Parts: sequence; structure tokens; C-alpha cells
Amino acid sequence: MALDNIDQLLEKYDNAETTLAEEAQLRAYFAQEDIPPHLESYKLLFQYVSNSQQEQFTKTVPLQSNRKKVGQWVAVAAVAVLMLGAYFQVNQMNQKTTLDDLSHEELLAYNQTIEVFSLVSSKLNKGTENLEAFKLVSTKLNKGAENLNHLQEFNKTTNKLFRNQ
Amino acid sequence: MTQTNFLKLVMPFKDKIFRLSKRLLVSNEEAEDATQEILLKLWNNNKSIEKYNNVEAFSMTMTKNLCLDRLKSKQAQNLKIVHSNYQDHNVSLQKQIENNDSVDWVAKIMDELPEQQKIIVQLRDIEEYDFDEIAEVLEMNETAVRVALSRARKTIREKLTNKHNYGIR
Repeated sequence: MALDNIDQLLEKYDNAETTLAEEAQLRAYFAQEDIPPHLESYKLLFQYVSNSQQEQFTKTVPLQSNRKKVGQWVAVAAVAVLMLGAYFQVNQMNQKTTLDDLSHEELLAYNQTIEVFSLVSSKLNKGTENLEAFKLVSTKLNKGAENLNHLQEFNKTTNKLFRNQ
Repeated sequence: MTQTNFLKLVMPFKDKIFRLSKRLLVSNEEAEDATQEILLKLWNNNKSIEKYNNVEAFSMTMTKNLCLDRLKSKQAQNLKIVHSNYQDHNVSLQKQIENNDSVDWVAKIMDELPEQQKIIVQLRDIEEYDFDEIAEVLEMNETAVRVALSRARKTIREKLTNKHNYGIR
């Protein structure tokens, strides 16, 4: 590139009137080895510019997807539902402990069950009354056994009589 | 927007975000943190991101605001960012190695500029933005951008020439 051109360009550059293309020309010019001594300071500037253009961001950025957050909220919702369920379950178990709380049908069923149970128990009582007869038989049997003792005594005395003869 | 789409959208200018935040915050780590924060913010808003007609300009404005906020809070705490990480990884030629120290001077001179001029020089000379794009990022008009840029360039050159001529290092 011609030198007379460069001086003009640099003047424009200092006044911030150069286009991007002209600035690229300047950079290309100052990348050369042999620069006139009075432009040495510009050379430093453009060298610095070309160096810093190549600096790069090398760190990796951890990008988390938003789905993870949704999963967390699902877990929270599930726990809430479980707690609510448990609460209502316990509530239901605590309720309806007196007869007044029962509905009409439930009351009917309850009464029927009670009737059936009392019927069974009365039959059972009758059965035990019949057992009284067995008891009587057993006392009679005991009395019979006592009478047998008398017979045994009679037997002993007859044996004695036989020996004395 | 899926993760791959997002990365495709963000890839072209994530380095620009990093370089701008480094220009303003100076320290490498601070700049990395800021970039990460910007990218995460963009990702969290990925549903509304498609509505913006210029995502890059929008992100650069976000970066600018975030970095200026950080600087403000740093100043309030009376803390100064001490930096020692100006390494020119990409300098390979012998001649450039000789000049390494002088190239560092450019960075130091740029650090002395006011924040707004720093941003403009960064966007124009390093990221090669058009004036209307810079105006959009900074929310100011084009003429003001030109004036500030011209001022910044003249300051940089003046200081560089002084250093170079007198050899004060």
C-alpha cells in the first residue's frame, strides 16, 4: 500500500471517519514487517488490536434444562396429595362413632345384626338348659356309686363269716 | 428453544461478550464470571429471546450494564481490581516478542480511558461493529459515538507516541 495514502487514512482514522473496510486495510498494512519509524506507535496499536481479537471465552457454562424444575414440583404435589389423603382417611375413621351419626340404612343393618345375635344367644341358653338333665343323671349316678359302697361292706362281712366257719 | 439452538445462536458472540467484559473489568476471572452470568441470563429468558430482533446487540447492552454495575459496587467497597494477566498468547513472531512489552502499554493506556470510550474502542476496533450497531448497544446517537471514538483514538495515540519517543516505561 502506498505511503501517502496511509497518512490520509490515519488522519481519517483519528477523526473516526474511516469505514470498517478502510480500518481492515490499516490493520493489514500494519501487520507488515517494515513500517516507517514515525508510524511505529500505530503499529503497536494495531498489533494489540489483532491480538485481542483472538481472545476467546473457554469456560463452559452449565445450562440446566427447565424440565428438572417441573419434576421437583411434581414430587411436591405428590407429597401434598398423599398428606391430604392420609388426613381425610384419619378423619373418616374418627367420625361415626355414635349411633346418631349412622344413616337410616346403616341403622337398620345394625339393628338386624343385633337381633340375629340375640336370637343366637337365646338358642344357646336353651341348649344349656338341656344340659341340666345330664347334670341330674350324673348326681343320680354318684348316689348309685355310694350305694355300691354299702354292697362292698356287706361283701366284706360275708367274707369274714365264711372264714370263721 | 432447545439447548442446541440456543448454543448455535450464542456461539458467534460469546467471545465478544467475554472480551468486552474483560475490557471493562480487566481481570480474566471477573470477565469469565460476567460472561457466564450473561449467558445464563440469556438462557433463562430463552422463551422471549426470539422476540428480540438483534440478540447480539441486546446481549452486548446487557454485558455493558452488568460490568458497569460490577465496577460501581467495586468502587463502593473501595476495592481495586489488580490485574497481572495480560498475556499475548498469540504472539509468535520474533519481532512481536520484542514488542511484547510495548503492546502491553496499549492495554494499560486503554485502561486509563473513561468507561464509555473503552466500550466504544472495544466494539469498533476489536469487534468491528458499525456505528449504528454501537449506537444501538450504548443507546446513544451515532454522532456522539463518533466524537467519543475520535477522542479515545487521539488520546491513545498521543500517549503511545509519548511513551515511544521518550522511552518511559
